[in-house]
Amino acid sequence: MTAETSRAPRYGVGDRVRIDDRDSLGHCRTPHFARGRTGTVVAVHGAFRDPERLAYHQPGLPALVLYKVRIKQGDLWRQYEGARSDQLELDIYENWLKDA
Amino acid sequence: MHDDHPHDQTFQADHDRGPASSYEVLEVALRKLLIEKGVMTNAEISGHIDEMATRTAELGAKVVARAWTDNAFKEQLIADTRGTLKAFGIDIGDVAEFRVVENTPEVHNVIVCTLCSCYPKGLLGYPPAWYKSVTYRSRTVREPRAVLMEFGVEIADDVTVRVHDSTADLRYIVLPIRPSGTEDWDENKLASIISRDAMIGTALPHVA
Repeated sequence: MTAETSRAPRYGVGDRVRIDDRDSLGHCRTPHFARGRTGTVVAVHGAFRDPERLAYHQPGLPALVLYKVRIKQGDLWRQYEGARSDQLELDIYENWLKDA
Repeated sequence: MHDDHPHDQTFQADHDRGPASSYEVLEVALRKLLIEKGVMTNAEISGHIDEMATRTAELGAKVVARAWTDNAFKEQLIADTRGTLKAFGIDIGDVAEFRVVENTPEVHNVIVCTLCSCYPKGLLGYPPAWYKSVTYRSRTVREPRAVLMEFGVEIADDVTVRVHDSTADLRYIVLPIRPSGTEDWDENKLASIISRDAMIGTALPHVA
């Protein structure tokens, strides 16, 4: 559910972002196949409580801004066998995004 | 992908055979404890399960049929999915937000949840077994066109296939393209050709 956060979104629609490739322990919503990849923000969903903390009964505050990030399939996979225009979109929390 | 039991046996194996998994044991223990402590009752749990069972893809089909015939409704549905569904009489609950992604002549959308099996249950009911399978979840992000072919859907090379991985608290529903030949159909007739799979992205509505 959306929650309040005092921070303004760091990124806006159209921004290029890189998904961090750090390790994670326990519950994490950043798929390994997307870590280290660069994409474009296509939506800013608002602020949500941190799922990595919620999973362990912590409040998950301050809430994190959640973004929809679009990555070209050709940038995501070695030898992607579809069309060059094919895309994948996933919802990534701000604490997993870096400037590209 | 639709057969979940082998036909080479002369008996139907009991689905309950074998020891319970650790998660099954945990679920029973937790449920009993919550009931014992008065946090919830058996009736509340059954009631919720029964209520969820009333939700089927027919609900989603009605929404899509309305969106096909009423452009203002379609725009509102995309801009404010929760609010528009509420006005339509559908309460999606408070677990997640819903978003509608529209198929166009340029883009074909398909939905997956690689991490688990997130699905817009409030609108489509329970997901099919194949949607929850490791096979679907791992292959759809990696080779969506091959997966779609296996569902009998071939997308032309000049159309973008856009896969949506439901990694957070948003659930996605595909708004399929209205097929030609349905121009004078009413909403009920339109809804009858909108399948659950079409709203996941693994089927295309067609005139029979």
